[in-house]
Amino acid sequence: MELIEILDIPPYSLNKTEKEKLLSPFLTSLSRYHYEHCLPFKKMMDSVHFDIRRDYNYAELPFLPVRLFKMFELNSVPKEYIIKTMTSSGTSGQAVSRIFLDRDTSSSQTKALTKIVSSFIGSQRVPMIIVDSESVIKDRNLFSARGAGILGFSMFGSKRMYALNDKMELNIDELQSFLEKHMGERIFMFGFTFMVYQHLYKELVKSGVRPDLSNAVLIHGGGWKKLISESVSSTVFREKLKELCGISSVHDYYGMVEQTGTIYMECECGHLHAPVFSDIIIRRPHDFSISPVGEKGIIQVLSILPKSYPGHSLLTEDEGVLLGEDDCACGRLGKYFKIEGRLKNAEIRGCSDTYATKF
Amino acid sequence: MQQNFNEISFLFPNIVDIEKFKLLPASQPFAEDAVAFLNALSREITKDPQIRNFPDVATFAFFCRKANILQLKKKYENDGFIRKGRGIVFHVAPSNVPVNFAYSLLCGILAGNVNIVRVPSKDFEQVTIIINAIKRLSENDELKAVTDKIALIRYDRTSAATSFFSSFCDVRVIWGGDETIAQIRKSLIPARSYDVTFADRYSICIINAKAYLLEERTEKIAQAFYNDTYLFDQNACTAPHLINWFGTIDEVERAKSIFWAELHKIVVQRYGKVQPVIAVDKLTALYNSAANAVGVRQTPPTDNLLWRIEVENLTVDLEEYRCSSGYFMEYHANSFAELTTIINRKFQTVAYYGFTQNELEEFVRNENLSGIDRIVPIGQTTDFSVIWDGFDLIRTLSRCIQII
Repeated sequence: MELIEILDIPPYSLNKTEKEKLLSPFLTSLSRYHYEHCLPFKKMMDSVHFDIRRDYNYAELPFLPVRLFKMFELNSVPKEYIIKTMTSSGTSGQAVSRIFLDRDTSSSQTKALTKIVSSFIGSQRVPMIIVDSESVIKDRNLFSARGAGILGFSMFGSKRMYALNDKMELNIDELQSFLEKHMGERIFMFGFTFMVYQHLYKELVKSGVRPDLSNAVLIHGGGWKKLISESVSSTVFREKLKELCGISSVHDYYGMVEQTGTIYMECECGHLHAPVFSDIIIRRPHDFSISPVGEKGIIQVLSILPKSYPGHSLLTEDEGVLLGEDDCACGRLGKYFKIEGRLKNAEIRGCSDTYATKF
Repeated sequence: MQQNFNEISFLFPNIVDIEKFKLLPASQPFAEDAVAFLNALSREITKDPQIRNFPDVATFAFFCRKANILQLKKKYENDGFIRKGRGIVFHVAPSNVPVNFAYSLLCGILAGNVNIVRVPSKDFEQVTIIINAIKRLSENDELKAVTDKIALIRYDRTSAATSFFSSFCDVRVIWGGDETIAQIRKSLIPARSYDVTFADRYSICIINAKAYLLEERTEKIAQAFYNDTYLFDQNACTAPHLINWFGTIDEVERAKSIFWAELHKIVVQRYGKVQPVIAVDKLTALYNSAANAVGVRQTPPTDNLLWRIEVENLTVDLEEYRCSSGYFMEYHANSFAELTTIINRKFQTVAYYGFTQNELEEFVRNENLSGIDRIVPIGQTTDFSVIWDGFDLIRTLSRCIQII
């Protein structure tokens, strides 16, 4: 099946067998494609005896540690076709990942993201509140995964307002008037978890203002590191937000710049879900064998999108637990899981965490 | 110089009058009271029931025995000079090896010096055991003259204490690698003083496959190799990362399969769990080397405890691709001359199996080696010696007085 056809499949509609049948040949062909188009990748694959003629099950495909994208310029298209280079957010001094996108890969990322997000907020564009400062996308120095994330999600907004000013203070007046203007409409809110916590949640608690956000859907991502250290769990976060401003639809997501587009959205039951376009495999540190449901391990992510760079099968530096497959109470098919945080002693990566180090 | 002593913890003695301490005289190497003190220290440590849990402390105690020290002393007799300690030696011990500070101190004492030792900031029990033994000995009047010349301290990395102790020491001994050395060297030492530095080093192993195939106690060899490598997660500078096999293809293949299988058995029994981040590190190291070099092949591993990476070519950059905690590059070598092409200043120890003293001496004499300071049997790489990293620490920490 062609990529374009797969992207038309509803994102949570295939069961284990159907998904395997779809992904195995597709991801194997991606491994072959990168083997033939990216010399460092070929040499890496040769070192682990990858056989280009063999039809692999996608769980058997070699995976690259994401750190390699900080060490090498890995791309599978001629340089002149690259239209965008994405970089991970890293604190100063840390090396950053560089991900090279051509037109096709970039547009398939947008398409996949649209499919996934629309299944949560609807396919209509709606008024959007961005819980961040506009400077993050204007200032080239600040532009990073955080800016890219905001831009990526902005396509779902018909009208957009930034809820924070340049000093990262909440524009309460502007927020109230935006809400009045769009009263009764569905509102899409987006922000990085830490920004939402630090500059919205805490501000509302402090100021006593209670805007009515009962029509809003909040999507947030970027990691829980800072919040965990303040003992704020996902459940507390959701409950408090509901209590403060009536938001009942709050969805965390897990994603990374190395596989933009195929994000893992949190459902109503609080579980992260793998869409049809990508999958996760939890691996045992002991031997990289597959951890069964309930056993913590290192997260491998596979995605059908990366064509301009060999990032379709990656080993992250995050730990997670598979919670189940095809049987989440929310009704979505596919694997669902939770994140347990970064590997101990690994470099701090993630989107809003760069900012969090200042606090 | 003003010094805020609040940020320095004096582990021994409780209070040090630095001005008086500076005036203490140096003595000659292997002075009787120094030898007596070390022997007493050996006994005192051995009495501690805890040392059963710390073989590294037991090894240190064994080293301090009078018989061993007198044996050592013989090598320094009749060298034609009268020697004295340099004066005050400031030792900066490595943070990752618990007992190393004690060996550094031992060399300082034996060479006849007054010693200030910065012990690891981590609270190792081994450090406490040794310091407590020294404390108890300091109550013995006969040993007081020696214990008076010891100050054991601990302070934070950010402290100004390094500059203070550096400002008056006669020799500064810096363990802990390139970064620490660069950091410590920002603090000036007096004009006549000098540094003895133990920088980042890299070690290899050579195995004669033919000889190995005749070995009956392969388990014992594996055990010895385990101690060289896994005991400190291959982070010690003495730990081999590149294993060079000598012999015919058939011999090497057979020897390898026995050697690694025996080692794996021991690793499974003794090592414990693979740290998740280490598993990722190993995979990263493999792909990094594969992308940069030609002919890098992983031998399919049983698990992530032990990884073997076959390299087709010896290249100078191989050392950049080393990893830790059970990651071995392997090469089928044709000759010693071939090894010489990659040996640079950073090479420290060669662990060997199955070579004669003669063969090894010829290797060292015939080849132009810019690195390699010690060649020891497998299992003895971490054994301390007063000759370390090419320095004779007794001579380096003393001065010669010439009388004509």
